[in-house]
Amino acid sequence: MGFEGITQFLDMLPSAIMRTVALTIVASVIGFACAVLLLTLGRRYRLWSAFATAYSIFFRGTPLLVQLFLIYFGAGQFRDALSTAGLWTLFREPWFCALLGLSLNTGAYGYEVLRGALSNVPRGQIEAARAIGMTQRQIAWRIEAPIMIRLCLQGYVNEFVFLFQATSLVSLLTIRDITGVARAAAARSYQFYEVYLAAACVYLAFVIVIVQIGRHLERRLSAHMAAPKPSLLARL
Amino acid sequence: MLDGYLPLLLQGATVTIVVASSALLTAFAVGALATWGMLAGPRFLQAFIRSYTTVARGVPELVLILLIYYGLPQLLQGAIRSVGWTDFTLNLAPFAAGVVTLGLIYGAFMSEVLRGAYLAVPQGQLEAARAVGMPPLRITRRITVRLMMPICLASLGNIWMVIVKATALMSAIQLEDLMRKATLAANATRKPFSMFLAAAAIYLAITLISLVIQRMIEQRLNRGKVSGNGI
Repeated sequence: MGFEGITQFLDMLPSAIMRTVALTIVASVIGFACAVLLLTLGRRYRLWSAFATAYSIFFRGTPLLVQLFLIYFGAGQFRDALSTAGLWTLFREPWFCALLGLSLNTGAYGYEVLRGALSNVPRGQIEAARAIGMTQRQIAWRIEAPIMIRLCLQGYVNEFVFLFQATSLVSLLTIRDITGVARAAAARSYQFYEVYLAAACVYLAFVIVIVQIGRHLERRLSAHMAAPKPSLLARL
Repeated sequence: MLDGYLPLLLQGATVTIVVASSALLTAFAVGALATWGMLAGPRFLQAFIRSYTTVARGVPELVLILLIYYGLPQLLQGAIRSVGWTDFTLNLAPFAAGVVTLGLIYGAFMSEVLRGAYLAVPQGQLEAARAVGMPPLRITRRITVRLMMPICLASLGNIWMVIVKATALMSAIQLEDLMRKATLAANATRKPFSMFLAAAAIYLAITLISLVIQRMIEQRLNRGKVSGNGI
């Protein structure tokens, strides 16, 4: 078992980790914003609801790789049009395309998570709120949102983990993320299994940490629903 | 519109479906073994399976594919060469590497689904079967498996869709699937958007057809099922 490959990999790793983490966080934030936007608009307007469904079907029914290639390589087909619109400098950058693709993809899955959470909000609470005269906006902010946060936490943590792993695809767009530097180090040193094994361990470590944080959050948010601890008074 | 590349794309789509089906069957086999080990095996086996599940769900598919396709032959080559057979070369076919990798990864997901389905089988029916004197194997065949199927069908359908989409990653190890054909066509015609959009449309078609088939199987399996407070 040789170590030159792993050394090269570890050298390039810190900046690669930062790129991966940055991609994950920014994409999940933008995706979340898209999902919330679609949900709010979709509830009010029939047209937006249809668009949201089509968007969800497209981005969940096709592989992420196709979406990324469609944006990054596909933009080249419309280079003239994009240049006239001043957008070509954006679309020829792998970073922009990767971020756009990842955001749209995680936005679609996030939209489904939010939709599921919304439909699980107890109907009675909404009816009660309407009965005492709350406006739709007040209901959304004060009743639905707090309940939905707890309901969609598990789904969102899962989606965050998937997104973190999905960033490995951007290495095929020439971005030097964790997988990207692993491929570079492996190709240079011809030590494939050592380097890829190391990369796998890096991802695994991060995922374990993320899952633990998710569990901790869930426990904190569901504290009011946990079984009551026997108090000292009960024993007297 | 597609410059006559549609037949090539459909060829790739066929490979995609074949790879996905093989991977699904492999995943089912691996998952069934893992569930059996988790439910009926010794402690250390359960721990091993649990760590296997963690690894399969914590490492990106692309990394595992690269690890198995490039890394495994190198590892085995090195080991066998060091014991004297210095000419030994091993080359994994992309198809085999892809099916094995996807099978291992989604076998972990499968085992979760199967475990849930197995634990959801109503105990009363098993007790009744035992009381009537059914031999254990017949119980498994007629009752356990029959009752598990509708429960895990939805999740199985989900896993199938995920596997179909994951096969697109096989293009990274030069498997001639839909994605790879689309890339070839895109390079040949300088129309990447059209080609990848066509590929996307074909993936969508596969997804939607799979959904329809899943619905049909669901309705067939739920035939005669009494809902609510059946007698």
